[in-house]
Amino acid sequence: MTAAKEKGSYKRIRSFEDLERLKKSILAQEKPNSKTLVVCCGTGCLASGSDEVREAFVDEVRGQEPEEDIIVKKTGCRGFCERGPIVVVSPENILYQSVSKEDAPEIVSETVLKGQLIDRLQYEDETAGEKCVHEADIPFYKKQARVVLRHCGHIDPNSIEDYIGVGGYDALAKTLSKMSPEEVIACVNESGLRGRGGAGFPTGLKWESSRNAHGEEKYIICNGDEGDPGAFMDRSVMEGDPHSVLEGMMVAGFAVGARKGIIYVRAEYPLVVRHLYTAIAQATDLGLLGRDIMGSGFDFEIEIVRGAGAFVCGESTALVLSIEGKRGFPKPLPRPNTSIVGLWGMPTVLNNVETFVCVPAIILNGAEWFASIGTEKSKGTRSLP
Amino acid sequence: MLDTRLKKILSVFKGKKGVLISVFQRVQEEFGYLPQEALAEIAGFLKLPPSQVFSVATFYAHFYLTRRGDRLVKVCQGTACHIRGARDILETAQYLLEIKTGQTTEDYKYSLERVACVGSCAMAPVVMIDSDVHAKVSLSDLKFMLMEKLLTEDKKKPTKGR
Repeated sequence: MTAAKEKGSYKRIRSFEDLERLKKSILAQEKPNSKTLVVCCGTGCLASGSDEVREAFVDEVRGQEPEEDIIVKKTGCRGFCERGPIVVVSPENILYQSVSKEDAPEIVSETVLKGQLIDRLQYEDETAGEKCVHEADIPFYKKQARVVLRHCGHIDPNSIEDYIGVGGYDALAKTLSKMSPEEVIACVNESGLRGRGGAGFPTGLKWESSRNAHGEEKYIICNGDEGDPGAFMDRSVMEGDPHSVLEGMMVAGFAVGARKGIIYVRAEYPLVVRHLYTAIAQATDLGLLGRDIMGSGFDFEIEIVRGAGAFVCGESTALVLSIEGKRGFPKPLPRPNTSIVGLWGMPTVLNNVETFVCVPAIILNGAEWFASIGTEKSKGTRSLP
Repeated sequence: MLDTRLKKILSVFKGKKGVLISVFQRVQEEFGYLPQEALAEIAGFLKLPPSQVFSVATFYAHFYLTRRGDRLVKVCQGTACHIRGARDILETAQYLLEIKTGQTTEDYKYSLERVACVGSCAMAPVVMIDSDVHAKVSLSDLKFMLMEKLLTEDKKKPTKGR
């Protein structure tokens, strides 16, 4: 019985085959019959006390018989913050809301060990007048097709093994081993992906523009400033699935010919900054970021720049000025596109977090898949506040 | 003392470009604010005009040019929090701490700020104390947090004098 998954240290990945072998090794260590208590530890649920809930589960599970294989796993934001702390009992996917640390013993003894539901912790659909057992039954989740948030709430954001286990970095491996930069751009163009920051500019066109522009150095910037009050989708993704942001940026870097990426994160998101730093360190240690990634000859490094409380720095030209250490005054039109004259005057692809997170899914599932979702002029999915 | 600590911080940024805001962030983490003497040193180190350094320091809401308290109490005033009574929370915090927003208590234990949005809108109203987010804060929660919990924790610690 384990109260928490043991994280081993892995050899540096030097080839695409190494990544595949590592994924198989990670999946082979999973125990299909084990029960998992998945505790949301995004900012919202943390503020409601989910870390105490998680610790209560760890204590409770430690006291169980050795035969019981119960894992306590922390994950990122599931988006149901208002009903937090959220706990999901796997593999049945039973969702409990507003869980307190005092509920931990009962959840373990009744639901985990006996399969009994605890009525008071279930979400009630007031319209239908019934309790919901599974996450998928809840109206909030029923209509969602989670593409951007595909891993949030399912993986431990501080575990690169979890990310690799669900196919993480496969898109990057496919890009580097089987595609040319032009093919990547063509794929993104065909998918119909448009910038998710608000302007909705076709992403493929932006990347193509940077690829064709001249500059000694090119940059990829991820806009994680998310200044709009009421919006916290980017926070959820960066907290809950930070590696997908890195992977999307690296695919963009390959397509455009950039070797340097910057994630601009608002200062009001301290947990995001911590999770991104951890993800960058883990990916670098494993050889999935840095020099000669997976033995492909492609170099890419990512750094984090924190905002300093200026709402206007969510605008792309102001954001670039902020990274340059200047005041964030947006440049008035007419002005050259950032994709041609951006950071330090160099071609710069600046996209929203959500845009980058769509990219690995598009590479793996295909442009046609993404284009089959959405409307005629707006392809794919969109996360909403 | 300022010199040694500041030199150590600046040494990390030697030879790098565009680092003024990152330098400010590190200096503020160390000293709690941006001392005037530090601004002059930073300008010299980065070979920037002091006027430019000052203009950047005053442009961004996160940087303080006066000494702050050991604890930063930030009351979110974003739209969702506003609808859920953030203004009352802020006014009550002013009353309890006996300072206005943007000020610091005389003993330098607490500073009170308003902040734009911390991305926990479903949990409004939200109060941050340093980097801890407190959600669905009622007026009685606030009173407990500021008048009892923090006082109990802080009794054991001398003022750091940030």
